[in-house]
Amino acid sequence: MIQQNGKALLEVRGLCATVNGVDILNGMDLTVSSGEVHALMGPNGSGKSTFAKVLAGHPAYVVTGGTVVYEGRNLLELKPEERARAGIFLGFQYPVEIPGVANSQFLRLAYNTIAVQRGNEELDPLEFDDLVRDKMKLLEMNPDFLDRSVNEGFSGGEKKRNEILQMALLEPHLAILDETDSGLDIDALRVVAGGINQLGTKDNAIVLVTHYQRLLNYIVPDYVHVMDAGRIVKTGGRELALELEARGYDWIGAERGAAAEATA
Amino acid sequence: MSTVLQNLVNQPYKHGFVTAIESDVAPKGLNEDTIRLISIKKSEPPWLLEFRLEAYRHWLGMDEPKWPNVHYPKIDFQAISYYSAPKAKPKLSSMDEVDPELLRTFEKLGVPMNERAALAGVAVDVIFDSVSVATTYKEKLAEVGIIFCSITEAVHKHPELVRKYLGTVVPPGDNYYAALNSAVFTDGSFCFIPRGVKCPMDLSTYFRINTQDSGQFERTLIVAEEDASVSYLEGCTAPKFDTNQLHAAVVELVALDRADIKYSTVQNWYAGDEKGIGGIYNFVTKRGLCKGADSRISWTQVETGSAITWKYPSCVLLGDNSIGEFYSVALTNNYQQADTGTKMIHIGKNTRSTIVSKGISAGHSNNSYRGLVKIGAKADGARNYSQCDSMLIGGSCGANTFPYIQVNNSSAVVEHEASTSKIGEDQLFYFAQRGVGAEEAVSMIINGFCKTVFQQLPMEFAVEATKLLGLKLEGSVG
Repeated sequence: MIQQNGKALLEVRGLCATVNGVDILNGMDLTVSSGEVHALMGPNGSGKSTFAKVLAGHPAYVVTGGTVVYEGRNLLELKPEERARAGIFLGFQYPVEIPGVANSQFLRLAYNTIAVQRGNEELDPLEFDDLVRDKMKLLEMNPDFLDRSVNEGFSGGEKKRNEILQMALLEPHLAILDETDSGLDIDALRVVAGGINQLGTKDNAIVLVTHYQRLLNYIVPDYVHVMDAGRIVKTGGRELALELEARGYDWIGAERGAAAEATA
Repeated sequence: MSTVLQNLVNQPYKHGFVTAIESDVAPKGLNEDTIRLISIKKSEPPWLLEFRLEAYRHWLGMDEPKWPNVHYPKIDFQAISYYSAPKAKPKLSSMDEVDPELLRTFEKLGVPMNERAALAGVAVDVIFDSVSVATTYKEKLAEVGIIFCSITEAVHKHPELVRKYLGTVVPPGDNYYAALNSAVFTDGSFCFIPRGVKCPMDLSTYFRINTQDSGQFERTLIVAEEDASVSYLEGCTAPKFDTNQLHAAVVELVALDRADIKYSTVQNWYAGDEKGIGGIYNFVTKRGLCKGADSRISWTQVETGSAITWKYPSCVLLGDNSIGEFYSVALTNNYQQADTGTKMIHIGKNTRSTIVSKGISAGHSNNSYRGLVKIGAKADGARNYSQCDSMLIGGSCGANTFPYIQVNNSSAVVEHEASTSKIGEDQLFYFAQRGVGAEEAVSMIINGFCKTVFQQLPMEFAVEATKLLGLKLEGSVG
């Protein structure tokens, strides 16, 4: 499924960002090419989720340094909705509830907005209904979801499925999935991971933000990155995740300390 | 976020234009001579002049209500002109005779008249300033015995009906503004649905304030006899002015045994500019009397305009098993103030009432729900359900709920639910991350919030309500 070394989709260089005046990202570097799956791991507070939100343009995060080039454009100049229309998708760690707005209505609006951007036809409610029911099968979702308010009263697992359903509908070029595995039981994890796997192509890329190796049993990454204190401190292949699972994160800090001593 | 929202909510009033029509304006000021002048201008019978003078004498002894949660400079009632009528040709036999300038105004407002009205299936009794200009569908309605005309015409053609019901729901001395209206009302609508008749179409009136500094005192009276039913629509827009305009309407509804009256309002009067200058003062008394057993009166209102709204469409549930309903969306922005709600007075046995109020506040506005549920001593088995939800947009607006509950019968069941929510940055970001801009996101959230009320509106009116709400908050409502 994965074809290595596609064209560079995302190039992050020296990215620094703050939230409420606190430095969270401190010189983040990452290159993602089409066709790749990256896993971003690291202890709590290392900046994984912040990185995801900064890429999506969350207004609470202020970029204080560095560059982000996405499909040859300066991503940081684009508004959040422009980034989304350009094909960046953020799977939320905590999907937001929108009372009173039917999921079907929300999904169709999002779909049509992106469709127009790509020069495709908008779908009327009936056409969209066919499409969305088809995509829902992929995630083994009950069609009742369409009539409920967006994420309102959804269980943790239902919210995550709803996120991946949106990914399936919007067909992003770069999907950043922020702890999509958290809150999922083992069956739901398999279904959601299966859905994500089917959505990966040689033309798009996926960045998985996760704490746990177990997701990577289902979605095999090409690269595993370990973040600490707002930057990537180690990169490896799938085996790195297994090593983290066995040994935790502390040894990476020790290893870096030793490396620093050796070069001193 | 705040800048985006400010841009959205600060779109200029789209209906701000003044029509250049010569007006027949009475000198400013209010005294018994003014009232006699109005009565003479309108060739009224003596009993009506007496009704007016009685109300005026009540009014002289009354004070402006101070309890609403609204603030405005003192109104100089002597600086207002109490009569203004377009200098129209007296009898119009066809639409061709209507002042073309007037027709263009209606065109701009999108008022459906003649063919457009026919296509929409709406009969429009158009109020322009204070005098009815054209009434459509009258003959068709007359075939089934329905009277739908200006109240002036009704006074001349059906004096016995007007005299029988006028002031029976809102007496001449009811409250300060109702008394003022009873003294000086110049026109309005009259609707009579005879026994057993289901009105075959929605009846619609568009109000429009046009002459600068002329107070507006509409009077509406709707009577549904036994087993009759009617759905009545009222929609309002007004041109942009810098001086405040007073509007004090009275609407009376009477439902006899098993009658059903549905009264829907979409109101979008000029609310003043973004600094709060100008705009309409809307002090309205609307009340329905469920006089007969098993009767039902339902108020639905979408209030988006006016600098100040003071309005409590109410139901007096006199007949046993009668039902009162109030569904309201009130949106305030900039420096608008709204103190609105309802009164449900349960007198008969097994009477039921439902109140659903949705308040939306943006800018520096203040939006208050004030509602009274009163269960009388003889109202065995009475039930009320109230739901009051507030939504805040931005951090400088206010929302208040003032529920008053008086229960004098231990068998009554009264429920009250309230909630406050805020359109948050995280919701807007969620929409943005799916490609949807703030404007459309706000519109979708607001429409979701108001859905239970919009569902009560007749179909074509719901579409219009959505548009008017959109006009106040953003450009396009999906």
